[in-house]
Amino acid sequence: MILEPTELNVLTERELARYDRQIMMDRFGVEGQERLKKAKVFVAGAGGLGSPVSIYLSVAGVGKLRIVDRDTVELSNLNRQILHWEKDIGSTKASSAGDKLRQMNSNVEVETMVETITEDNISQLAEGYDLIVDAMDNFPTRYLLNKTAIEKRIPLFHGGIYGMSGIATTIIPGETPCLRCIFPEAPPPEKFPVVGVAPAIIGCIQATEVIKYIVGIGNLLTNRLLIFDGLNSEFREVKPSRATNCRDCAPIWC
Amino acid sequence: MSITVRIPAPLRRLSEGQPTVDLTGRNLSDCIDNLDSRFPGFKERLCDESGDLRRFVNIYVNGEDVRFLQGLATQLKDGDEVSIVPAVAGGDISS
Repeated sequence: MILEPTELNVLTERELARYDRQIMMDRFGVEGQERLKKAKVFVAGAGGLGSPVSIYLSVAGVGKLRIVDRDTVELSNLNRQILHWEKDIGSTKASSAGDKLRQMNSNVEVETMVETITEDNISQLAEGYDLIVDAMDNFPTRYLLNKTAIEKRIPLFHGGIYGMSGIATTIIPGETPCLRCIFPEAPPPEKFPVVGVAPAIIGCIQATEVIKYIVGIGNLLTNRLLIFDGLNSEFREVKPSRATNCRDCAPIWC
Repeated sequence: MSITVRIPAPLRRLSEGQPTVDLTGRNLSDCIDNLDSRFPGFKERLCDESGDLRRFVNIYVNGEDVRFLQGLATQLKDGDEVSIVPAVAGGDISS
């Protein structure tokens, strides 16, 4: 990714003070913070995963966030979707998310949209963004994000949860297996249990990956599928493989 | 001979809550049959009507996806670890 600092993303004194504790990280520095300021992140979903992802990207000082979610806040969302509070029941998740995130960090440009992500609009929704965070609730949309990430050659940060467990991986088109390589078909839709800590942990792993990717530090979860088992207090990894006949990503590997 | 099968959270209802089950099996197919005899219902969750692995369920032997090894015919040996990793949708369930 080309994110060289320019006069457009020079940090103010206030920003330097605000981000002081992360700027002091080895190899992060002012330059890393400037890269964050210049980055544009598309977050698909403002629910269980989208809440921690967008909160931590906001407070880290990402320049621009676009958050898309079609739903309204319901009482039963509140055990895990921490951007939404009791007073937000009945409001759109997009407006509730935007309201909180702008209060957290007014330096971040937060754009929220009440939209259903479809095959027809996804390319436009992600246009101009450096990467996509998959914080969705269903596989058909996840596959649309995957396809778009491949078409635009931008990374996709995948996370999924169940109960007190979850999985995460970082997909870089042309360098790693894509979501379709890893899971060729969608699981049947079902209502499943979730304790809020599971999306909190998986969402924070996604946000960690995004920050590392933008700043250019550390080792990413690429070619690695991380499995978190909260009931066992365990993290494990398996190695996903690229499907040479993958209908989504095979063409770009030629 | 003992193979350790790691049961994912969504399927632990079938294994009486156990996160791992120790089994025998010369290959993955045997291992799944043995798992199903001990805890009925597993085979149906992992394999389709024709007996092939369901495409939204991944099985890894020692961390490698069996679809890129020999699938259900992947040979197993003492000490191998079999991880079952199904695709999970959430996120959220409200839609």
